Amino acid sequence: MSVDKSTVARIAQLARIRVPEEELDGLAGELDKILGWIEQLDEVDTDGVAPMTSNAEGMTLRWRRDEVTDGDRRDDILANAPEAQDGHFVVPRVVE
Amino acid sequence: MAELTALTIAEARDALARGDCSARELAEAHIAAIEAARDLNAFVVETPERALADADASDRRRAAGAAGAMDGVPVAIKDLFCTEGVRTTACSHILDGFVPPYESTVTARLRASGAVMLGKTNMDEFAMGSSNETSHYGPVRNPWHRRGDNRPMAPGGSSGGSAAAVAAKLCLGATGTDTGGSIRQPASFCGIVGMKPTYGRCSRWGIVAFASSLDQAGPMTRTVRDAAIMLGAMAGFDPKDSTSADLPVPDFEAALGRGVKGMRIGIPKEYRVDGMDPDIAALWDRGAAWLKEAGAELVEVSLPRTKYALPAYYIIAPAEASSNLSRYDGMRYGLRVEGRTPAEMYENTRAAGFGAEVRRRILIGSYVLSAGYYDAYYLKAQKVRTLIAGEFAAAFERCDAILTPTAPNAAFALGEMIDDPIAMYLNDVLTVPASLAGLPGISVPAGLNADGLPLGLQVLAPAFEDETVFRVAEVLEQAAGFELAPRGAG
Repeated sequence: MSVDKSTVARIAQLARIRVPEEELDGLAGELDKILGWIEQLDEVDTDGVAPMTSNAEGMTLRWRRDEVTDGDRRDDILANAPEAQDGHFVVPRVVE
Repeated sequence: MAELTALTIAEARDALARGDCSARELAEAHIAAIEAARDLNAFVVETPERALADADASDRRRAAGAAGAMDGVPVAIKDLFCTEGVRTTACSHILDGFVPPYESTVTARLRASGAVMLGKTNMDEFAMGSSNETSHYGPVRNPWHRRGDNRPMAPGGSSGGSAAAVAAKLCLGATGTDTGGSIRQPASFCGIVGMKPTYGRCSRWGIVAFASSLDQAGPMTRTVRDAAIMLGAMAGFDPKDSTSADLPVPDFEAALGRGVKGMRIGIPKEYRVDGMDPDIAALWDRGAAWLKEAGAELVEVSLPRTKYALPAYYIIAPAEASSNLSRYDGMRYGLRVEGRTPAEMYENTRAAGFGAEVRRRILIGSYVLSAGYYDAYYLKAQKVRTLIAGEFAAAFERCDAILTPTAPNAAFALGEMIDDPIAMYLNDVLTVPASLAGLPGISVPAGLNADGLPLGLQVLAPAFEDETVFRVAEVLEQAAGFELAPRGAG
């Protein structure tokens, strides 16, 4: 399958990255080349093979008590905010 | 005593214990070295005041008889590790000015062992790259040059700043992280030792995430012994990382000196890839001969799907990255580029904040995870990953460790490869398979190519047999007698 300009525009929208119109063609070419190279995986017979999702397979997720172990650090967290006011993050209006 | 910046970690530890030098003197010598080598661009943040304060505290601990395993040893920290109160950006524009209010587990452990922090090292943006050229702060220069050629060389990546800093003697050791080869390949390019431990050995907590099923921290040093000492100070169970291994940390240093007599060393024929530098193929044969002379038995093993590891990696890693990097939205920290709506703000911020390679990988990741393509790409890659891990398991029934070259080529000049993403990706063709399988791997400097550039050999072992890796690596190191003498350093 090949990646065209409209596909790149759609993916960029999914990824929430603005891509200027004039860069779409170039990116489509790049991604098409990379995905074409990746498609050599089709040569591998994977029928009946289970997918490996983690290197920690066989490890069971640990349980812990549902309790606060860290907190009360509002000001530390807001210190990195691009804009903060009265203990809150400031973002553009969501509802007009 | 040798010049303070020329010591190994083991030598510094002994010198400090004997009182031949103080932690402050060690710190001062390295601070001066860093200032004198700024043209390498190895550091993106220098923390001299912090280093001196750490060193003074170390000297006081030692006087009180409470020195830790790395007490007074000056180290550099890859900018991927969150360091409390010290800017951490993963060398991305999108994390501009981010100062973490917390410390990563690995750096906290190093601190607890007494290590002195000199600063944060340059790296490929979000650890995505093999040349350090994708850094928002510009490329690092490898202290080595090709014979008769003064073009600046790439240090490898993504831990290029750490590798260059260790090679140029700006620190005694540095932290790196390895997702597909980001510790081992730059170690090979810069003539140093780089160890990626078994996945789960070092906590990922507080390390800026790239591909969580692959990311693993490790030490970059000038000797195998130093890597063993430093890994001992970095590793250990951490309940804050759900994939951290709840196992005791072995005394890695105690694994050294045992030799390889009676060990079976696997030589995988599929690693003789097309386009491999003939000097590297020859060095690989030499490495195998050294191990044989030391009493190991060489065994040919087969890892038939090796060539599919890299394309599988370039689905899995970007897919995980596209998810991990969705947090950079301009709302809570880092760069913000205004927009009329939150959606516009996301799009503007992410367009301005991510560099070309990171954008490319996020787009590939979003594509392979998108409706209609998930099975064909992502699921397929995960199945290939199962097969690759299985091949290693089968090979390790016939051998105790595997010997390969670290990379198919030596360092290249800055700019030489950056316009061809696939050629750049091929740098990791020999390191990625072990990453997919979560295995420990080390790169040991073992010789020079015809251009006078360093070349590394890679040793792999089964999961949680990191000690075997160190044992074999030490024998290679002793046989190689490699001299770390970069031309035109500084």
